[in-house]
Amino acid sequence: MGGNLLVNYGEAVAMILFGIGFANLLFQKNLIKKIIGFNIMDTAIYLFLAEKGYIAGRMPPIVVNGIQDVEAYINPIPSGLVLTGIVVSVSVSALMLSLTIRLYKRYHTLDLDEISIRLRKEGL
Amino acid sequence: MKLVQNVPFFCIMLSMFSGTISSVLPGKWARRLNVVMISLVTGMTLWLLQYLVGSGIGSYTYMMGHFPAPWGNELRVGLLEVVVALFFSVIMLLSLLGGRKKLDGEVEATKHNIYYILCNLLLSSLLALVYTNDLFTAYVFVEINTIAACGLIMIRQNGRCIEAAVRYMIMSLLGSGLLLLSICMIYDLTGHLLMENIQQQIRVIMEAGTYRIPMLIIIGILTVGLAIKSALFPFHSWVPDAYGYSTVSSGAILSSLVSKGYIFLLFKVFYRVIGFQHIADSHILNLLFLFGLCGMIFGSASAIWEKDIRRMIAFSSVAQIGYIYMGLGLGTEAGVIAAIFHVLVHGATKSLLFVSAIGLTDVSGGSRSFFEITGSAYRNKAAGVGFLVASLSMVGIPVFSGFVSKLLFAEAAVLVPNWKLFPTLIVLAISTVLNAIYFLKTIVRIYTPVKQEEIRAKGYFELKFPEQKLYCVTIFLFVLVNLILGMASQPIIALITEGLHHFA
Repeated sequence: MGGNLLVNYGEAVAMILFGIGFANLLFQKNLIKKIIGFNIMDTAIYLFLAEKGYIAGRMPPIVVNGIQDVEAYINPIPSGLVLTGIVVSVSVSALMLSLTIRLYKRYHTLDLDEISIRLRKEGL
Repeated sequence: MKLVQNVPFFCIMLSMFSGTISSVLPGKWARRLNVVMISLVTGMTLWLLQYLVGSGIGSYTYMMGHFPAPWGNELRVGLLEVVVALFFSVIMLLSLLGGRKKLDGEVEATKHNIYYILCNLLLSSLLALVYTNDLFTAYVFVEINTIAACGLIMIRQNGRCIEAAVRYMIMSLLGSGLLLLSICMIYDLTGHLLMENIQQQIRVIMEAGTYRIPMLIIIGILTVGLAIKSALFPFHSWVPDAYGYSTVSSGAILSSLVSKGYIFLLFKVFYRVIGFQHIADSHILNLLFLFGLCGMIFGSASAIWEKDIRRMIAFSSVAQIGYIYMGLGLGTEAGVIAAIFHVLVHGATKSLLFVSAIGLTDVSGGSRSFFEITGSAYRNKAAGVGFLVASLSMVGIPVFSGFVSKLLFAEAAVLVPNWKLFPTLIVLAISTVLNAIYFLKTIVRIYTPVKQEEIRAKGYFELKFPEQKLYCVTIFLFVLVNLILGMASQPIIALITEGLHHFA
């Protein structure tokens, strides 16, 4: 068990980062910190994927010297998944940031709980 | 390959491209395009259903692009998928028709085309979730679905809606983070992303008896991720605000379609990716069962205390989602069939509740408070009838659709071979009583006559048929869907059962 953790330290780090990001997204009051937490969480998954796709001693999957042997390259699919995931997380971050700006302009605070309290007082 | 087999691809692409085109159209034309598009999708899906039933082919896979199975992307079409897709497009159309007038009032005219872009994208992502055979594609469309749903909430520009959208987004992101992680872990274990290939590999892994703990973790985080997104009981904190304050079409679409899309994906993963037997062995179903039961009680109890009619309906959604997870948690085929049927029933009924509630509040000075809507069913008769039918259906009165699903749940519970029999029946009974309390209370209130002077003093008015033709027709169609589900349930259940056999 412990030995496996040492060998796969990349995956272990990815999981710890995922936990940090998840907890930040869930528990932080500040909206910007929540978004940072979200980005840490997603990046941790990309680290996990990159770690899984990497095969020690092989080249990136781009044919340059005419070598077409499969054994020469790392697995390209996780890289493709990471790219797709990055696109998704960029758009979600943009959406969250725009929502944050809207709320900040209205209530001049980034604290989500305080915004809720004020909304309740307004009784809208 | 026949032309009709391309229908799923056409439907997804059609709704996606009409979203893109809507961005350059004025609001009115975007609305027309949206209606035409959804009608076309409905028509084509009916054609596909007729082909599937007529030819006896239960299911087929559709290759996207030119690469065969382990490399390319695939759609998978079966009876169950087609029934659900047909249902999604019909309810989407009706919800948009019913909330159209309110949308004109609540959203600036310059933003109408944006609303329809979001609706088109939402439909395309829902259809893709229903048809896709590839896990990572499912993840991408889950995110598109989330973004579009968030847009539907925040289109109404007031503080409450933006705050609700932020809370919705945060919970959804937690869910999709867990989903993405579990998909990556599945890929890591099996080396595939297509559902059939994954299932073969998982069978090999399970027979060899290896990777038990990773498998358990994968099933756990995947289920929790999708449960967060579909608002299962402990994760429902965002529901009342998101469903209660957004514009009415959004509320109806969110509660009856968006959460159901995730639930359908969960069914799909359970049956087609991991295998239902392994899921049942992993005891995760017991957890879903317990949370479902808690949701049934808690959602109904919260709805009783609620003084705001829209929020009351939103809390009732929490209870109904609990029913669906309880059916799934029974772990038998009968339970799953009941759960899928309840997905349809709840979708049809909840959207009718939202649409008719807005008719009631409109004739009560726009107030959503419980006391103001007294007697409103006389001022807007169509809305009153709609609310009556939907409430009776939710309570589970025979003839209406809710009765059939409750009957199916009870039958499934009786057939279940373990300890789940009595908890299910008892909670089903308690929940029905609680449902009856708050829905019948509302019905009595809206049908309590108020003196004419009082109505005039408050400035309330009546809405008759000529002033709201579209709304009345929509309510009529909704009631019709409800009665069809309630009285012609046997053929639909037969379709679901056969679809489920092809599903696994």
